[in-house]
Amino acid sequence: MREAVIEARKLTKIYKRDEFEVRALDNCDIEIHRGEFVALMGPSGSGKSTLMHLIAAMDRATSGRIAVLGEDLAELDDAELARWRNRHIGFIFQQFNLIPVLTALENVELPLKLTSMNGKERQRQAETALKLVGLDDRLTHFPRQLSGGQEQRVAIARAIATDPDILIADEPTGNLDAQSAKDVMTMLQKLNRDFGKTIIMVTHDRHAAEYATMIRHLEKGELKPEIEYPQA
Amino acid sequence: MTLPFTYNLRNLWVRRTTTLMTALGIALTVAVLLSILALVAGLKNAFEATGVPGNVLVMRQSAESELSSNFTRVQFQDLKLQPGIQRDGRGAPLASLEMVSTLLLESIDYEGGINISIRGLKPDPGFALRPVIAIAQGRWFEAGKREITVGKNVARRNPEAQLGKDLRFGKGLWRVVGIFDAGDSAANSEIWADLDQLCADDNRCDVLSSALVRADSVANVEPFIKRLKDDQRLKVSAMTENRYYEQQSSSAAPIQFLGIFIAVVMAAGSSFAAMNTMYAAVARRSREIGTLRVLGFSRGAVLLGFLLESVLLSLLGGALGCVLVLPLNGFTTGIGSMITFAEVAFRFKITPEIMMTGMLFSLAIGAIGGLLPAAAAARKQILEALRDI
Repeated sequence: MREAVIEARKLTKIYKRDEFEVRALDNCDIEIHRGEFVALMGPSGSGKSTLMHLIAAMDRATSGRIAVLGEDLAELDDAELARWRNRHIGFIFQQFNLIPVLTALENVELPLKLTSMNGKERQRQAETALKLVGLDDRLTHFPRQLSGGQEQRVAIARAIATDPDILIADEPTGNLDAQSAKDVMTMLQKLNRDFGKTIIMVTHDRHAAEYATMIRHLEKGELKPEIEYPQA
Repeated sequence: MTLPFTYNLRNLWVRRTTTLMTALGIALTVAVLLSILALVAGLKNAFEATGVPGNVLVMRQSAESELSSNFTRVQFQDLKLQPGIQRDGRGAPLASLEMVSTLLLESIDYEGGINISIRGLKPDPGFALRPVIAIAQGRWFEAGKREITVGKNVARRNPEAQLGKDLRFGKGLWRVVGIFDAGDSAANSEIWADLDQLCADDNRCDVLSSALVRADSVANVEPFIKRLKDDQRLKVSAMTENRYYEQQSSSAAPIQFLGIFIAVVMAAGSSFAAMNTMYAAVARRSREIGTLRVLGFSRGAVLLGFLLESVLLSLLGGALGCVLVLPLNGFTTGIGSMITFAEVAFRFKITPEIMMTGMLFSLAIGAIGGLLPAAAAARKQILEALRDI
């Protein structure tokens, strides 16, 4: 039996907007196992981003329980959550979110500054990550000197630099042309297949979702039954 | 773990126009403070350099300055007989009877002229009691002649007091025959003349101003002073020459207070400028802040990072302020003393301690100005920060 790395039970998130309450996620139960590549899909406002933020410990649930890698996230304070994210989660943003004043290498090194590695080890590790995404010839380039596809690959290198257990991707192809999107998805698939990374991806893009091993649909904050896909 | 130092430095460089403008504002504030401190340090240095250890200034009882002291020749004769006074090679006591008055002279700074102290003394032993003083140009005045020798600052700041020129005061014309150099001492702001000639012109040869005497040892100065003060027949006040001039440095107190007050008000303005710059930086880099938090940097790391950036910005301003004020070092100016009612010229003195004070002052401006924006950055919720554009 495969190990469940994410277990959520009756997970609910309610946002307050002035006098209104928005139930973004409603009694959601989900279990994701190690090595799975899950695409979360659904229309805008369906709760997929909310679920992703709760898994990544970027937000706290209103009720219910979520355990990631056996850790009950509700029990950790802000500082512990920050350390936990650094150790276990790699995040890939739709807008890449690279730090503009840092080079590709420095961007990838950034999360490694929070580890016990020394400067040389950090640099070696960051170079390895950039090599893995095919950008070892762009180490000293600043984000503005890279194409969108290259920026996203640097962002992937940054996400995997600390060798996290889980990669979380928020619309990773949303800002890319078709070819770059394909390259990025191939890369994520490789990280899932060859390196056994558990990946949770939020996407609107059916083509991107086809790279996942499983697609979960959300509607109005509720999770629909799972569909298992053979990988493309 | 804090954010990388290069992150802060490059962010300052990226918005270099704003950085420079804010830093210049801080630089001007620091420059104002340093100018005042340099002025005060220069004035204090002038007064502190004036006294000679072992020299004791004797004035009429309860007189606060030589100008207001009426010291008689009879008192001087009695004083010379006191034990504890050093003697020269001929066995004569090192005691100089002196007269101090003021003279209105044209000044390079004041159109209406300014009072300059004029001191009457005998070269022997007056000069021996002031070993640092030497002739820079011309010669010393001669006894029985209307001749004066002026301090170098008097010559520098008063167009009338030039070598070879004549000044009209007392009962005739007095010729400037020399310029003396007294190091950094306030004596550079005086004019010296022969005591007997000066007092005769002023019709006050019996009642003069003070006596400068040398105690037989530095260790005996205080007992000597006490004995003079306790002697009911003498009716004099006495203090070390150093202390007398140190007291005069209080002339700088109002300027020091006003200058520091202005600098503090300006610092508040500069802090707001730094705060404004940092608030703009926090707003512009909201998504970066969210990203850093997602990567695992704590709220504390974000707070420290932005605070450090503000401090770097202000230290740049502090360094610019120090550079701006450096040309003032050694610049000569004058200040009217409330004790002598005459001008004391001195040089602005910028010391390493003053520069350090300026840097610490700028650091405080940056820390105060950066604290609230840094706290705002640290308080941001991750999702809120990521959504802000």
